[in-house]
Amino acid sequence: MIEGIEVFDVLVVSTAMFFIGIYGFMVRKNLITILMSVELILNAVNINFVIFNKYLYPDMLQGYIFSLFVTGIAAAEAAVAIAIILNVYRHMKGIDVEQVDTMKY
Amino acid sequence: MHTDMFSYTVWIPLILLAAFLLVGLLSDKLKPLVAGLISTAAILLAAVLAYSAAAGYFFGAGLQDGHYTTLIPFEQLWLRFTDTLVIKMGILLDPISVMMLVVVTTVSAMVHIYSFGYMKGEKGFQRYYAFLSLFSFSMLGLVMATNLFQMYIFWELVGVSSYLLIGFYYQRPSAVAASKKAFIVTRFADLGFLIGILLLSYYTRTFDFMTLTQPNSGILSSAAGVSFMGASVLTWALVLIFMGGAGKSAMFPLHIWLPDAMEGPTPVSALIHAATMVVAGVYLVARLFAVYALGAPAALEVVAFIGAFTSLFAAIIAITQTDIKRVLAYSTISQIGYMMLALGVSGYGSEAGLGYTASMFHLFTHAMFKALLFLGAGAVIHAVHSNEMTDMGGLRKHLPITHFTFLIAALAISGIPPLAGFFSKDEILAAAHGHYPLYFWSGWFVAGLTAFYMFRLYFRVFWGEDRQYEHKPHDAPPSMAIALIFLALASVVVGFIPFSHYVSANGEPYTTHMHWQVAALSVAIAVAGIGLAAWMYLRPGTVADRLAAAMPGLYKWSKNKFYIDEIYLWVTRTLIFKGLAWPIAWFDRHVVDGTMNGMAWATAQVSEKIKGLQSGQLQQYAYAMVLGAVAFLLLLLYWGA
Amino acid sequence: MERFIFYFIAAIILVFSVLTVSSRRILRAAVYLLFVLLATAGFYFLLNYNFLAAVQLTVYSGGIVVLIVFAILLTAHLDHRLPKPNRLKAGFSGLLAVTGLVLTLFAISRFEFVRSPLVTEGPYNIEEIGTRLLSYGDYGYVLPFEVISVLLLAAMVAAIIVAKKSIKND
Repeated sequence: MIEGIEVFDVLVVSTAMFFIGIYGFMVRKNLITILMSVELILNAVNINFVIFNKYLYPDMLQGYIFSLFVTGIAAAEAAVAIAIILNVYRHMKGIDVEQVDTMKY
Repeated sequence: MHTDMFSYTVWIPLILLAAFLLVGLLSDKLKPLVAGLISTAAILLAAVLAYSAAAGYFFGAGLQDGHYTTLIPFEQLWLRFTDTLVIKMGILLDPISVMMLVVVTTVSAMVHIYSFGYMKGEKGFQRYYAFLSLFSFSMLGLVMATNLFQMYIFWELVGVSSYLLIGFYYQRPSAVAASKKAFIVTRFADLGFLIGILLLSYYTRTFDFMTLTQPNSGILSSAAGVSFMGASVLTWALVLIFMGGAGKSAMFPLHIWLPDAMEGPTPVSALIHAATMVVAGVYLVARLFAVYALGAPAALEVVAFIGAFTSLFAAIIAITQTDIKRVLAYSTISQIGYMMLALGVSGYGSEAGLGYTASMFHLFTHAMFKALLFLGAGAVIHAVHSNEMTDMGGLRKHLPITHFTFLIAALAISGIPPLAGFFSKDEILAAAHGHYPLYFWSGWFVAGLTAFYMFRLYFRVFWGEDRQYEHKPHDAPPSMAIALIFLALASVVVGFIPFSHYVSANGEPYTTHMHWQVAALSVAIAVAGIGLAAWMYLRPGTVADRLAAAMPGLYKWSKNKFYIDEIYLWVTRTLIFKGLAWPIAWFDRHVVDGTMNGMAWATAQVSEKIKGLQSGQLQQYAYAMVLGAVAFLLLLLYWGA
Repeated sequence: MERFIFYFIAAIILVFSVLTVSSRRILRAAVYLLFVLLATAGFYFLLNYNFLAAVQLTVYSGGIVVLIVFAILLTAHLDHRLPKPNRLKAGFSGLLAVTGLVLTLFAISRFEFVRSPLVTEGPYNIEEIGTRLLSYGDYGYVLPFEVISVLLLAAMVAAIIVAKKSIKND
């Protein structure tokens, strides 16, 4: 519990972080920077979990434990994503997201 | 019981089925001669069994209390649909089925023997004999059927065998066309037959001949009571059944397939298209005669009229044909018309059923002499390699056996005493005279025409001058000669069988008397016909041509078979194809298909237009997704407020 | 006091988030991301969630960022500058992001969060967290725990398979 700080204040920060991540996802071309944007988004969600747990249901630990899980998933996702990126780099000689369009019509 | 002593009759068709399966399945493995011998042995064995059955039936077990009973030595439940709709397979013996057994096995055996010579060296010899066995099996199954449905099944089987044998020379387009024509025309007629069977059995609740032909049962009156379009349902059913018979027996206007069926090998024409299968229609009407005579005399009138008309019609056509087999084919149609006429004018009873007896008698004698005529024609064709009369002449010197037997057959069919045709034809004319004089005079006139066209054929083929032959014509080889001589003997003697002692409408034997007036009249016109033919064709001259020129219209119509084929073609091509099928095809192609194609086309077009959305650009997808999420958020906020 | 620390942390998070998505030097972007994640860990410390903060530091800052940096080093020159984004694209994306942010905040602001009367000041016992993770019944999380263990294993295998040079191609 932080004196003078409400749930809303924290949610402003996490929401802003979330949409910054969204923006980055939509604008950045390099696959690695897109991955970083995704990490931002996940982190924002983590903060939400934690703050809900802390302020609203301190006795249940659900948010706490789920933020642990999200962290784990983020790690797995990063590992696979980077493996894919390296593979793409090997095949396409670049990791520009606009190059990677072999799955189009 | 007496039925037990006839239980071996079930083997008569089964032997032939076995022969068909054996020869048919092993056709390539067997040597041609072996295949032929297997089939021939089978039919000879069947003939022996049939003769013994006939002897046992007519001179023993059949006659009980003064009339011939119907025996069912074998019957097997085959299909049970419901309690009332049960289909059985069995063997029925009564005078006409036993008589048919004799006819079919005799002619078939002769044709088997004859074919050794005629088909020698042909490709597909084994196939030919396999089909012959199949046909004989089917025909025997047909004549011994215990119920309408079994008869229908074998009816179709003989149709198939006929189709296969007409199309035996399948490399020849005309044979293929002829086999298809025969099959389609008879199938069309069989549609009527099937509807008739269904109608009849629906109202009588049975397929069994035994039950149907009981003269005293209430079955017929119940069906006769329901009427439809001015006639009782029974009448309609019987007319429809007759339609099936008319198709098989080539009655006008369903006769068009039979002349074309001559594309098949000549022995086949003798067996199927002269002696046995084509009389199946007559046999069918005779089999149901009690129903016709007692339940629906109106249907019998139809039979009589069609028979009389067809006999006259076909005889007129036969006069001008030049293809030797076609003359015989039209002659067959004409003679079957006679049989139908005789059935049609007959009443139910022993003496009153003279027409019935006469019809069966004529069927019997006709089978002998017409098979002989065809086999003789086959021998001629075998010798000169042509079907056209114009290619023949003076053959009596080269083919003495054929000439002599052919002469006997021609005299028999013309009704010259004491040959077989005289007796049966005399009875038919007498029966017709007793019923309606016009039928008598028409039949009498046809007798003259028959004598004329038969001897026209005879004189043009065997007399006159020699033509240019590829090689010197040789007489029939022994196998063919045996068959010819046997049938010639039969044509001489079978007329003396006191037929009415054995076959009558109600099973009671009676004695017929010679109708001297009728006999004198018919012999007179037959002799006149022969004399006219001799005058016109025996001496060199142009009488025939001048006569044809004198009656150009009649000659042309007859020569072109009264344009019946053209009428059929016009009906099918113009009315059905252009008038009906073409618009329906157009509708199907443009409206039905068009709708479906249009849907496919629209889908393809839309897909082509929107496929750009699937750009593979991850960020465009993300943009769309976020945009959608935001839009939903807006909506939620709007509605939530 | 804690309030100001929060503001400070919030400021760091926001500023470095923006820098992460806008920097044209990719390695720097990674470092800015590291700062964001560190600040988040600090925020957890502030909430007295020490174990979670530790996980955040080790897994996120320690693991993921290092992975990302390796990936950058393997795929790009260090002095390479990313091209400027398309203005139109950036404008629309920014507009969309801002709209979303405003709408979301508006929605959140209208929701009344009911604070729990319970006050748990002290840090959670790690023993309790461990027990929770491995217990079933109420507030037990053994099922997601097992699922995520399998997921991690699968991800590890997948990462190896995908990233390793295929023998066939060479």
